[in-house]
Amino acid sequence: MNRIDQKFKELKERKKKAFIAFLTAGDPNLKTTGEMVVSFEKAGVDIIELGVPFSDPLADGPTIQAASQRALQKGVTLEKILASVRKIRRKTNIPVALMTYYNPIFHYGEERFMSKARACGVDGLIVPDLPPEEASGFIKAARAQDISTVFFLAPTTSKNRVPKIVKASTGFIYYVSLTGVTGVRQSLPKDFVGDVKAVQNVTDKPVCVGFGVSNARQVKAVGKVADGVIVGSAIIKEIQKNAGKEDLVRNVTRFVRSLTRAL
Amino acid sequence: MTVPDKTGHFGEFGGKYVPETLMTLLSDLEKTFFSLRKDKTFRKEFVEYLKEYAGRPTNLYHAKRLSKQLKTLKVYLKREDLLHTGAHKINNTLGQILVAKRMGKTRIIAETGAGQHGVATATAAALFGLKCVVYMGAEDIKRQALNVFRMQLLGTEVVPVTSGSQTLKDAMNEAIRDWVTNVRDTFYIIGSVAGPHPYPLMVREFQVVIGQEARKQFQQKEKKLPDYLLACVGGGSNAMGLFHSFFNDKKVKMIGVEAAGLGLNTGQHSAPLADGGVGVLHGSKSGLMQTKDGQVRVAHSVAAGLDYPGVGPEHAYYQKIGRAQYVSVTDKEAIKGLKLLSKTEGIIPALETAHAIAYLEKLAKKVKKKSTVIVCLSGRGDKDMEAIKEVI
Ligand SMILES: Cc1ncc(COP(=O)(O)O)c(C=O)c1O
Repeated sequence: MNRIDQKFKELKERKKKAFIAFLTAGDPNLKTTGEMVVSFEKAGVDIIELGVPFSDPLADGPTIQAASQRALQKGVTLEKILASVRKIRRKTNIPVALMTYYNPIFHYGEERFMSKARACGVDGLIVPDLPPEEASGFIKAARAQDISTVFFLAPTTSKNRVPKIVKASTGFIYYVSLTGVTGVRQSLPKDFVGDVKAVQNVTDKPVCVGFGVSNARQVKAVGKVADGVIVGSAIIKEIQKNAGKEDLVRNVTRFVRSLTRAL
Repeated sequence: MTVPDKTGHFGEFGGKYVPETLMTLLSDLEKTFFSLRKDKTFRKEFVEYLKEYAGRPTNLYHAKRLSKQLKTLKVYLKREDLLHTGAHKINNTLGQILVAKRMGKTRIIAETGAGQHGVATATAAALFGLKCVVYMGAEDIKRQALNVFRMQLLGTEVVPVTSGSQTLKDAMNEAIRDWVTNVRDTFYIIGSVAGPHPYPLMVREFQVVIGQEARKQFQQKEKKLPDYLLACVGGGSNAMGLFHSFFNDKKVKMIGVEAAGLGLNTGQHSAPLADGGVGVLHGSKSGLMQTKDGQVRVAHSVAAGLDYPGVGPEHAYYQKIGRAQYVSVTDKEAIKGLKLLSKTEGIIPALETAHAIAYLEKLAKKVKKKSTVIVCLSGRGDKDMEAIKEVI
């Protein structure tokens, strides 16, 4: 069984919700990213969403844009990220999903990419600019390697699109809490509650909520409804705050623990 | 086969590669556009604005002194530069703003490189009294200061984009981010035959008037069809506008001119079709300049309106099926082209357009005597005076 499915099964049995932490791979460098993954697991993180930096991250706000830029300047590539997941796999079994824009995968070659990703221990893919309509080859290649394909639902998604998205998604479904790009928000719109419940009514697949979730209060509120909570920019901000410090990993982990405890 | 197909694909190119937040809006836009393109009142209103406001039809002008100098080629210029705001871009913005009105959108956004599309959008927004925000790379704001001022005078807010290369591609990233955020009340007027379906089709439809007129005008003057069509290609809207009506005239050869910047071999250019790679950027699959890791490369061209690493999907399709040929012209050659047209015909073209003019000299060396060509004179050079002063 795929590690993501396994994780949700375990969580369900324990009646727990998933905490999913986003990291931009290679910010500040790949070695530190690897250390954070291991350390986050100990702090109660269930799944890692590892961002592949891209030159044109059009679904991301300033925080993740800047992290991508820093990682790219360090020479991080998809190939190097796969190699570093392989290294991480020697230390932990935590599920890892790559969050990447479509072009790097397309350019790599979907089939070639999937078999390499699996060999390195990648469990899932989240591609913000690839809707199910364009994803038939991608899905086929991923299924062949038992890699989960996580698709998005948004507040603007029309009712008649929902079944298509649910069907294409494996591992979990990513509900975007707001119309907008990634980034820390003081408050989240309320309508996600009804939307998430409506989706849960038509599928057993876990529905996780991300975009804007940035503090313990929000994690708690989202966790009441969703099967999982995704936190990204708030963690990246914490990394940025600790840039160059020797105890970066420890400080960021402490912040992450304050969030996982809220679940 | 007519392209695009129902799902917005031109062969393997095109499609809708956008965040989920935009997908429902795109299908609403598709529905609205498909019903409006058949709607007589809408068509009438659009044609009326093109005529009474933008100044259509534009002349097809026989450039005698230029032709004489080129010897083998009889050159006709399709004078889009004479339109209100100085370029073909106004055809498209008038069309899209009418669609936006029908959809009940109250806020307009756009990206711009040279500022021509920005000005054309700001103009249309002023005409219809809609709020307008234009994203423009900080680098381009420096190169095209005059157009920034024009937009502001028209009541548009110009937002400098400081991410990435600070040019057109980054302006488009930022416009898409705004769109995703304000999708409920905002209409994104894309400036070329690029972006997700139905934009490449919709923009083509609003620009085909260039070729429809040119075809008729040429036949009236020459009692035949031209041997060549020539246009510069940034995203490719003026070129597609000219080409499309001749698609089935198999004897008419089409040539799109990309910007070779400092030279194709330097890597510092804006010629994705010459470069040969296929990729996904800004909502569609098409020719794309990228690294071996699939990162988008930074383009370079002296012409801000061509300075873009991607190209409209229908051009990638035309190239693939061999219907059009794509060539390129360097910064230096373009400047030479600009001077050539200025001195022989008293017409100062935009730097973008100058790329098409510059290719005439190369074409003239290859063709049979008495060949005919229509060049899309996509815009005038007023906006470029500051930039040209620096490089001449
Ligand atoms: C005068 C002119 N020509 C051409 C272009 C390039 O756009 P396209 O290839 O879509 O015609 C521009 C873009 O700004 C322009 O201003």
